[in-house]
Amino acid sequence: MSRRPGPYRLPSGGLVDRANTIRFEFDGKPLQGFAGDSVASALLANGVRVVGRSFKFHRPRGLLSAGWEEPNGLLTMGTGARSRASVRAPIEMLAPGLAAYSQSGWPSVDFDVGRALDFTAALWSAGFYNKTFMWPGWHTYEPAIRRMAGLGHAPQSPDPDRYEVRNTHCDLLVVGAGVAGLREALDASQSGARVVVVDSDCQLGGRAYWDGSSIEDEPAHAWLDRAASKLTAADALLLPRTTAVGIYDDRVAVLVERTLETSADGASPRAPGAARLPRERYWIVRARRIVLATGTIEQPLIFENNDRPGIMLAEGARQYLRRFGVAIGSRVLIATNNDSAYALAAELKQAGVTVLGVADSRRRVSSDLSNAMQTLRVEIFSGCLPVGTQGFSHLKRVTLGRLSADGSSVEPVETYDCDALAVSGGFTPALQLYAHAGGALAYDPSSGALLPVREVAGVAILGAAAQSVPSGPRVSPGGRAARKWVDLLHDVTVGDLELALRENFSSMEHVKRYTTVGMAADQGKTSTVATLEVVARLKGIAPAALEHTTMRPPFVPVTLGAIAGRELGAHFAPRRELPMSGWHAAHGALVQDYGEWRRPTAYLRPGESREAAVRREALAVRRSAGLFDSSPLGKLEIHGPDAIEFLDRFYINDLTTLKPMRARYGLMLRESGVIFDDGTVTLLAPDHAVVTTTSSGAKGVFQWLEEWRQCEWPDLEVAVIPVTEQWATLALAGPKARTILSRLDTDIDLSAAAFPHLALRVGHLLGFPARVFRVSFTGELSYEINVPARAGQAVWDALLAAGASEQLQPIGLDALLWLRLEKGFLHIGTDTDGTTIPADVGWGKAAANKRRDFVGKRSLHLPENTRSDRHQLVGLEAAAGAGFVIGSHLRIEGSPEPSDGWITSACITTVSDQPVGLAMLRGGRARMGQEVEVYDLGARVGRARIVNPPFVDPTGERMNA
Amino acid sequence: MLRIPCPHCGVRDEPEFVFGGPTHIERPDPAVSDEAWTAYLYLRENPVGLHYERWLHAYGCGQWFNAVRDTRTHEILKTYRMGEAKPSLAGPSPAGSP
Repeated sequence: MSRRPGPYRLPSGGLVDRANTIRFEFDGKPLQGFAGDSVASALLANGVRVVGRSFKFHRPRGLLSAGWEEPNGLLTMGTGARSRASVRAPIEMLAPGLAAYSQSGWPSVDFDVGRALDFTAALWSAGFYNKTFMWPGWHTYEPAIRRMAGLGHAPQSPDPDRYEVRNTHCDLLVVGAGVAGLREALDASQSGARVVVVDSDCQLGGRAYWDGSSIEDEPAHAWLDRAASKLTAADALLLPRTTAVGIYDDRVAVLVERTLETSADGASPRAPGAARLPRERYWIVRARRIVLATGTIEQPLIFENNDRPGIMLAEGARQYLRRFGVAIGSRVLIATNNDSAYALAAELKQAGVTVLGVADSRRRVSSDLSNAMQTLRVEIFSGCLPVGTQGFSHLKRVTLGRLSADGSSVEPVETYDCDALAVSGGFTPALQLYAHAGGALAYDPSSGALLPVREVAGVAILGAAAQSVPSGPRVSPGGRAARKWVDLLHDVTVGDLELALRENFSSMEHVKRYTTVGMAADQGKTSTVATLEVVARLKGIAPAALEHTTMRPPFVPVTLGAIAGRELGAHFAPRRELPMSGWHAAHGALVQDYGEWRRPTAYLRPGESREAAVRREALAVRRSAGLFDSSPLGKLEIHGPDAIEFLDRFYINDLTTLKPMRARYGLMLRESGVIFDDGTVTLLAPDHAVVTTTSSGAKGVFQWLEEWRQCEWPDLEVAVIPVTEQWATLALAGPKARTILSRLDTDIDLSAAAFPHLALRVGHLLGFPARVFRVSFTGELSYEINVPARAGQAVWDALLAAGASEQLQPIGLDALLWLRLEKGFLHIGTDTDGTTIPADVGWGKAAANKRRDFVGKRSLHLPENTRSDRHQLVGLEAAAGAGFVIGSHLRIEGSPEPSDGWITSACITTVSDQPVGLAMLRGGRARMGQEVEVYDLGARVGRARIVNPPFVDPTGERMNA
Repeated sequence: MLRIPCPHCGVRDEPEFVFGGPTHIERPDPAVSDEAWTAYLYLRENPVGLHYERWLHAYGCGQWFNAVRDTRTHEILKTYRMGEAKPSLAGPSPAGSP
């Protein structure tokens, strides 16, 4: 029983399942297709001619092709969160309940007010945007232009589907599962190679799947089925519905597999259990060898009004006929410049469709073809090209013209009433992937195609992609240039190319950028070759003398979700949690990201503001004690007989006089003299040191030390071991710190005499092994208690319990930074930047006094680093105006410069409740006591007095207590 | 993405590595002139062709090693352990382009 939903569905034929009707919608209209239809074939069968409006002129456009190269049939599939924009209708298989929408017409593709643009097309030439929308500025016009020119919309809500990235490797990756590709895959898999075969189509076989040919004297489908089972048996990975989108260095290929089909709401499972499938898979394949059996892309002919709905590529028309049982029209004219389109003439004729004839731009047609056409009673118009078409939303008439002997002009000869025109402008191999891999293509005059000109190691080209098809003239010399379309998706005409050349954009890359030819979502798949021919003709040179524009990945657009895979939300980046993170969260901590670490900024009490909490915590440290989770502090163990010698080559401070169990603060420089990091060096034994780094510098310092150790000084006997995460670090600071710590069970003598400032004691705390350092970043009596990470919580709890009677409080990072600022201690990366040398921050003398060489020392003597007007770190007190804002600029009165410095840190001091700050100021240290103006965002906000930090305890009594 | 043969671990993906810039750069005696020191700090070759460079297998063995890479094709012609002598390989073709 034959059924034919849709007026253009033939009564029989094609590979669709006519017993299985599928209902779907296009722009709200209910339609029917068959299982096995693509969205495009179902639309064609239903007589839908206009599938979109052109980008610039809003001209009606119909389907051009049956493949990825489609420039017109870009539809939005589905609605809501799962909707996908700009899906190629020929590639998307029809699924029950699918709702497809055209994208570019307003209010609809059939009646588009933007069509008025077409009647004023002379105004809308290349470069028009750049030239016209200049006053008062592009942003005035942009919203309206974007609405008119847009190509679909991104969904408004998050994508509910899951995407996955998968990695694999293989001996052979075959791109294109046509006969050539499958043969190569079979050969390789028989010899035991690990093979991956990928094809964009949901069916294997490429053209052989539908063109009715036989393979090795066997019906194609039987051969293909056998090939598939042989490959599966050999453990080859067969990936249909998967597109190779790029080849990168060293034959790393990226494939995108579409695992789910579309339905009413956008996605429906393809098979039972598919609910667990990702929507798409992004494959990263490392291949020893790649075979490109990617076939060819048919090119259109260029003539006046060559963009009307009903004008389609001949190969596409053949596929619609043989695969889907759909005729592209009822009265079809064919125009070609090569032999291939004659097959379409024969097949349409056999299917009962009226074929008006074949126009061939070549003057001579082989006798085989002319005999065959004669038998079928199909007329051949040799030496002829279409020169004009009529029909607004649907092709109605085509005028053919005869080329002059030299091909430089064309004379109209006859006009035909027809509803479809199949064109073939020759075939260019689909070698974008070869170009990604480093291949070069050049124009070949005999085939009018871009052919490979060099070998790429490990990348072979097979099948139709390796052959060339001789072809004749492709571009009609007659007709209005502004009505001859080269790039359908970006609406670029021969006239635009002429204009670009007239305005002296003569290189292909400039022509491309000025006209946007080949820059649309189809990346010039059906326009690159014609562009070369047109530009060459206009310049009066051979197309082969021009270089085509660079082809870059991806071959087709890739969903952002596929690239992201599962690296979303919490999985976007690794997150490092503190050993006591659970406690912090349960006690009001405002937790923020500091690099990879999540750290408490402050512990907020109910109803308390952040500022109030920071102040309360800072005051607690000055008055009694505070407890800070300092675990991210970078910690490196340095072992070996050369440990001191090694470290002494980095720090600007002399380490050779450091005694065991003592600590010393030090700065580390880059070879350029710029401050890289700071921290303490503590000796446990002559061959064992512990180095601390800034929290954010932990990884970088380790790599830095390792690079010098491995590359420059391999003779030193020393090992560097990062141990940051092994230790929980608890900083207990404040006048009551000793009292509180003494209440814990410990074998360490904490008395001031036995355990002075800048000393280390190793012992036990609550029975856990402990390293306790007397170092201070707050300016108070302070213990940095290191216990194994797993013991951190127990010690934290015990300290808080022991300090309850002394009002011990947990403190966050903000309070710590206030306290160190008052003390005038540096915060690397806050007070310093990529230009700051030791002398800028008051460490010039220390560096100068160290006699031996260290990394960065020589650079401190370069002229740039000895200028007296360098920015130097100074303290600020408010002379007038409100508090300081970090980043505010400073101006010295009468200075010729717009800015003489900036505020790097600011707080309200715990001592006097006054705003204080640190700043980098031009020649700052010579200006003590002077006043400067403070500017914030361009406005003068107050005055500041230059002072010498610290703002508290200048003699260090509290710290040394 | 490059596939880089670590001399210690074998071929691995580029994201496991950290690029360390040109290698075989002698650190001069600090007594040299400002010009010579500045050249050591900042002046680097930018060849069309073979480039001797340093890589760290950060997410692998943690070892620095040297590589010779053709800047025209990104092909890594050789990797060798830190401390091994600079190998002499064929230079770029006279045309300077492939």
